[in-house]
Amino acid sequence: MIEGIPMQHFLIVSTLMFFIGVYGFLVRRNLITILMSIELILNAVCINFVVFNKYLYPNQLQGYMFTIFVVAIAAAEAAVAIAIIINLYRRYNSINVENVNEMKN
Amino acid sequence: MYTYTLAILLIPITLFVLIGFFGHKMKPIISGIVGTVGLGTVFILSYYTAYLYFFKVGPIEGVYKKVTAFNMVWLQLTDKLHIDIGILLDPISVMMLVVVSTVSFMVHIYSIGYMHGGEKGFQRFFAFLSLFTFSMLGLVIATNLFQMYIFWELVGLSSYLLIGFYYQKPSAVAASKKAFIVTRFADLGFLTGILMISFFTGTFDFISLTDIHGPAITMPAGATFMGLSLLSWALILIFMGGAGKSAMFPLHIWLPDAMEGPTPVSALIHAATMVVAGVYLVARMFPVYSLAAPDALNVVMYVGAFSCLFAAIIACTQTDIKRILAYSTMSQIGYMMLALGVSGYGDEHGLGFMASMFHLFTHAMFKALLFLGAGSIIHAVHSNNMEDMGGLRKYMPITFITFTIAWLAISGFPGLSGFFSKDEILVAAYNHNKLIFYIASFVAGLTAFYMSRLYFSVFFGKKTHYNHEPHESPLTMSIPLMILAGITLVAGYIPFHQFVTSDGKAFETVFHLGIAIPVTLFAFSGIGLAFVLYYKENTIAERISKSLGGFYTAAYNKFYIDEVYMFITKKIMFGMVSRPIAWFDRHIIDATMNGIASVTVYVSTSIKGLQSGQLQKYGFVFISGAITLAAIFMLLWAK
Repeated sequence: MIEGIPMQHFLIVSTLMFFIGVYGFLVRRNLITILMSIELILNAVCINFVVFNKYLYPNQLQGYMFTIFVVAIAAAEAAVAIAIIINLYRRYNSINVENVNEMKN
Repeated sequence: MYTYTLAILLIPITLFVLIGFFGHKMKPIISGIVGTVGLGTVFILSYYTAYLYFFKVGPIEGVYKKVTAFNMVWLQLTDKLHIDIGILLDPISVMMLVVVSTVSFMVHIYSIGYMHGGEKGFQRFFAFLSLFTFSMLGLVIATNLFQMYIFWELVGLSSYLLIGFYYQKPSAVAASKKAFIVTRFADLGFLTGILMISFFTGTFDFISLTDIHGPAITMPAGATFMGLSLLSWALILIFMGGAGKSAMFPLHIWLPDAMEGPTPVSALIHAATMVVAGVYLVARMFPVYSLAAPDALNVVMYVGAFSCLFAAIIACTQTDIKRILAYSTMSQIGYMMLALGVSGYGDEHGLGFMASMFHLFTHAMFKALLFLGAGSIIHAVHSNNMEDMGGLRKYMPITFITFTIAWLAISGFPGLSGFFSKDEILVAAYNHNKLIFYIASFVAGLTAFYMSRLYFSVFFGKKTHYNHEPHESPLTMSIPLMILAGITLVAGYIPFHQFVTSDGKAFETVFHLGIAIPVTLFAFSGIGLAFVLYYKENTIAERISKSLGGFYTAAYNKFYIDEVYMFITKKIMFGMVSRPIAWFDRHIIDATMNGIASVTVYVSTSIKGLQSGQLQKYGFVFISGAITLAAIFMLLWAK
């Protein structure tokens, strides 16, 4: 199903995803959106792993394995992050990232 | 057979622990009696040791051997070099055992009467006396230089504690500190000397050091420094320690101030025992001084001669009776030092050595008697000052008679102990060095003069009005006076030349009338002069002191030696050395450290604002950094 699609196309997609994620991480104020942006970054990385593995070293499995790990960790991380966000909401009645600056100084 | 001598050391230290730690639970008088009885045992053991050593065993082939009664390796430094703790018996150490235990025992008895039973610190006083006796006995029987040094410091410590006994009195505190610092400074020389001599000879042991075939004496002169061999320097440094303890010029300044302590302490420590430790030290090392380093022995001789003249002149002008006795002590110790200095080694040449030890013995007895007598007077009059006294002979007959005996002995009255020992010293000086002989004879006259001045002013002279009648001291105080007076009467007839000699062999002494008669006449003229000036109240003495002018003022102010010390320490050492160092420390070293700290503080306050707690700002910085790094690597790797 990926016959005829050159590697660069996959890389362009993943690069776009990565920078969209970075942009979202930096400019959005909503914590949920920031979390989603981080997921975008992770997925961009996953695509890279899979693509490089498939195109460059088809006989090996490291890229796939890493991807599976990243997906698993991302799921756990999303659960923890959402738990934190819910607690923050209970405390501040807001999920605006600018209100969460208790850890300065 | 001498193993029991360990008890001589163990009893006083046990007493110290007992009275020091449990004394406050005893009645004061009980602690005094416990201390005295213990010391009585030591006294008996010492005399028994002397009897065994000199008579029962006696000389072997005509020589009194050095016997190691007990020895224990304490610190093994290398295979050959080790520090021992032990007991060495030879003529001088046995003689010193007798001197120390006698005087200490007498002082213990005396103190029961002198220190009032209810007085605070009565137990403390007896505890310190025991500590001192322990240290002094340990010093005397040391088998090696290092053991001697350990006990030497302990003696200094006990002296410090006892001078500062009345610690509420600022002058006593100052005096104890002065004594400790000055002697400590001298001990620095002693320690350096020990290290040098052990470095060259590889031993601390007295028996091998003083062996005439031993390493110290047969050693080639080796390297020299400023014209003297290193061995001479080592011995001069050791003598420096001895000079500090024995109050030789210029390290004498602590002794007069040490009179702030209780009078029995002055009698025990600062007249009879501790201050002669320096003489004892030189006598211990005498074969090395005499055979291997005559230069060092000359230093001993000149320092001794100068000190004895110097102190005698000052003693003529003082008015505090204890200070007069202190300067007199210094002068007499100078005598002993110069006697060692003029001595040679072996047989008749060792006359000076024998005379020095003889004088040490007789002086310890009559000077302890003088001090205890002075204590008795002070006890009665409640003043140290000679001007508050006069006509005391009627009130205190026992003190008067015993003091008379001691006065005649120190003045060199024929037939009393001081006459014999002083005569031997003068003969030895005459044979060796005429200049020293003239100084010593002159000092003999001066001694007679200042002691008679003290004697006449206190017991005769003007009638002073006393607020309350002076009374004779209690028996506990007068009995030691009588015993010491008895010893002073007979000590001169002990044939020292048969017992205590430089090489352990007995020799015959000849009595030189040609020297004894003029010197005795000179002493009589000193007494006569004092009689004229002080027997009846008159103004001749004042007029003489006025006519002497500047010299009298200088002597009255102890030739300003204290002021010289103050100038050197305050102005030169503190002002010119310590203060620049303190400045450097404060302004350079501290300032560097403070500078680093304040730069850190400044930088941290100025960048503190960057930590805003805003997650996205951090993220921005992080990502820009990552991008920048990526850009740099790409640029580098593009080539």
